[in-house]
Amino acid sequence: MSKNSKIPPLKLGPVSGWIDERLPVFSYVYEHLGQYRTPKNLSYFWNFGSLAGIALVIQIVTGIFLAMHYTPHADHAFDSVEHIMRDVNYGWLIRYLHAVGASMFFVVVYAHIARGLFFGSYKKPREIIWFLGIFIFLAMMATAFMGYVLPWGQMSFWGATVITNLFSAIPLIGDSIVTWLWGGYSVDNPTLNRFFALHYLLPFIIVGIVILHIIALHIPGSSNPTGVEIKTEKDTIPFHPYYTIKDLFGLGVFLVIFMYFVFFKPNALGHPDNYIPANPLVTPAHIVPEWYFLPFYAILRAVPDKLGGVIAMFGAIAILFLLPWLDKSKTHSGYYRPIFKWFYVLFILNVVLLGYLGAKPAEGIYVIASRISTLYYFAYFLAILPLINKYEKPLALPKSIDENYKAKHQ
Amino acid sequence: MLTKFLKISLLLVLTSNNVFAAGDAEPLIKRIWQFEGVKGSIDKRSAQRGFQVYKEVCASCHSLKRVYFRNLAEIGFNEAEIKSLAATYQITDGPDESGDMYERAGRASDKFPMPYPNENAARAANGGAYPPDLSLIVKARPDGANYLYSLLNGYRNPPESLNLGDGMYYNIYYPGKQIAMPSPLSDGLVEYADNTNATIDQMSVDLVNFLQWTAEPEMEARNRMGIKVILFLIAFTILFYIAKKRIWSDVE
Repeated sequence: MSKNSKIPPLKLGPVSGWIDERLPVFSYVYEHLGQYRTPKNLSYFWNFGSLAGIALVIQIVTGIFLAMHYTPHADHAFDSVEHIMRDVNYGWLIRYLHAVGASMFFVVVYAHIARGLFFGSYKKPREIIWFLGIFIFLAMMATAFMGYVLPWGQMSFWGATVITNLFSAIPLIGDSIVTWLWGGYSVDNPTLNRFFALHYLLPFIIVGIVILHIIALHIPGSSNPTGVEIKTEKDTIPFHPYYTIKDLFGLGVFLVIFMYFVFFKPNALGHPDNYIPANPLVTPAHIVPEWYFLPFYAILRAVPDKLGGVIAMFGAIAILFLLPWLDKSKTHSGYYRPIFKWFYVLFILNVVLLGYLGAKPAEGIYVIASRISTLYYFAYFLAILPLINKYEKPLALPKSIDENYKAKHQ
Repeated sequence: MLTKFLKISLLLVLTSNNVFAAGDAEPLIKRIWQFEGVKGSIDKRSAQRGFQVYKEVCASCHSLKRVYFRNLAEIGFNEAEIKSLAATYQITDGPDESGDMYERAGRASDKFPMPYPNENAARAANGGAYPPDLSLIVKARPDGANYLYSLLNGYRNPPESLNLGDGMYYNIYYPGKQIAMPSPLSDGLVEYADNTNATIDQMSVDLVNFLQWTAEPEMEARNRMGIKVILFLIAFTILFYIAKKRIWSDVE
């Protein structure tokens, strides 16, 4: 037995002990950070979960400070953002942290989702963790969309107009729904007000779902690159200090990239039109969403029918809920699935391609490419994953995590 | 009615790329600017000259409403210069105790006054076109600095085949190539206090340096802080990596 498999019991002092007997905060944290048994073979792909949590906290903290100086009114929103940029002490820093932070949040969440897709994190017994993750993703998208409207620039206004108008595709009641969403007959002050209220509310709902996501995770424990479940103590190490330090190293790398954008390319991920105040009478030449929505925007535009496009776009996310039933392979990890892994790589490249196509005008070759790409996106879930299972012979799995770790490190 | 308008504009948006593709502007002239890169800084002398061009040429039509006179200290004007400069402007203030608005000399704490009382007045004076505020213009256009420089140097005689719209001018860098602003610069238009030769090229460089500063007044402070932050983070990331190696060394 190595010393890392032994975990000392929690020692509490008189005061902390008194509190813990009545409200077990210390033993709870100890149980879920200190004692939590984690597979010892996790690769750096497992860093993105904690990074996403930290990115969420950064968004909430910077967002609260922005809200102290921001005015959610159609006549003042743009000016108040410029007031933050120019007159508030370090206002530019807070705003750029928040704006770039949104992009960084999506970067790590996309990486986290891609990790889950490759290592079969949606499979038994982790289905509910996966479902909660999709709810987090949906809430994030809603929050990010409404947040982008708040500066009340040209892209804010026209992005909001285009996206809310999608609901008018719903037969019969579509137009009424849009009017209800707007709080009037166009995107205007009532829309901005409610978007601000919801943009402030939703992150706390996300925090709630994140807590559920972690509670559900701590029942079966983390998955790992072999996809073989924990069998004995020897397969595991305590979360602290092994993964706390590994996550801190990952955080360092993440922050270097994050801060590079904040300080040197703060507007590279945004659109210049959003520095033009919203004008309902002038439509920008290209209305493009933020980069993290582009793959879904491409799917929306790939379908020639408006209602069909809207269904396809929402379906592209909803289909993730079906994954536990679509992919029946008993092998969790893509490393041991010789056919799956190629289709998976193609799937990731295809999503990147969709993102590229979403930024291009909907004309000529781009339309055709978007359609082929959209087709592959859905075929991956609906046809390829169910079919592979019939023809694929998975490679032999290691007997245990311990054996796999030793084979790699000796 | 409004929903119909929105649906039509949505349709226009989705098809507009074709329309605009026909009048595509020329690729921009790319210059190397002192404010670019991680060690970028403001060329203060040039920005000061650019301010002179703004004041004597652009300000008659274009506002600069997000900038205070006091901000000019950041590009090297001293307090006395700013005070006397502000005092040359008449600012409408009020209402006073009897409820009347009154005119007074500008102060350092005032913003640059607007050239027109409102948008309609601006449009009426400019053949229907609205001269945009210039405070943020460099950030509000793709590749803004090069765009602005190119635009100011982009006036040409229109090709004979082209039917210029009424009150429009031909500029090869403007989207659609027809712009409502007549060529604002001509050689020797301003007389620089430091005897720099006021060519169109020189004035446009100076103006870009000035408007880059108005768009991102925090830029120098941001770059300086950024270098420190990144170096600090790299050092700590290395430490975390070493600590990670050590801590993990007993995992078997």
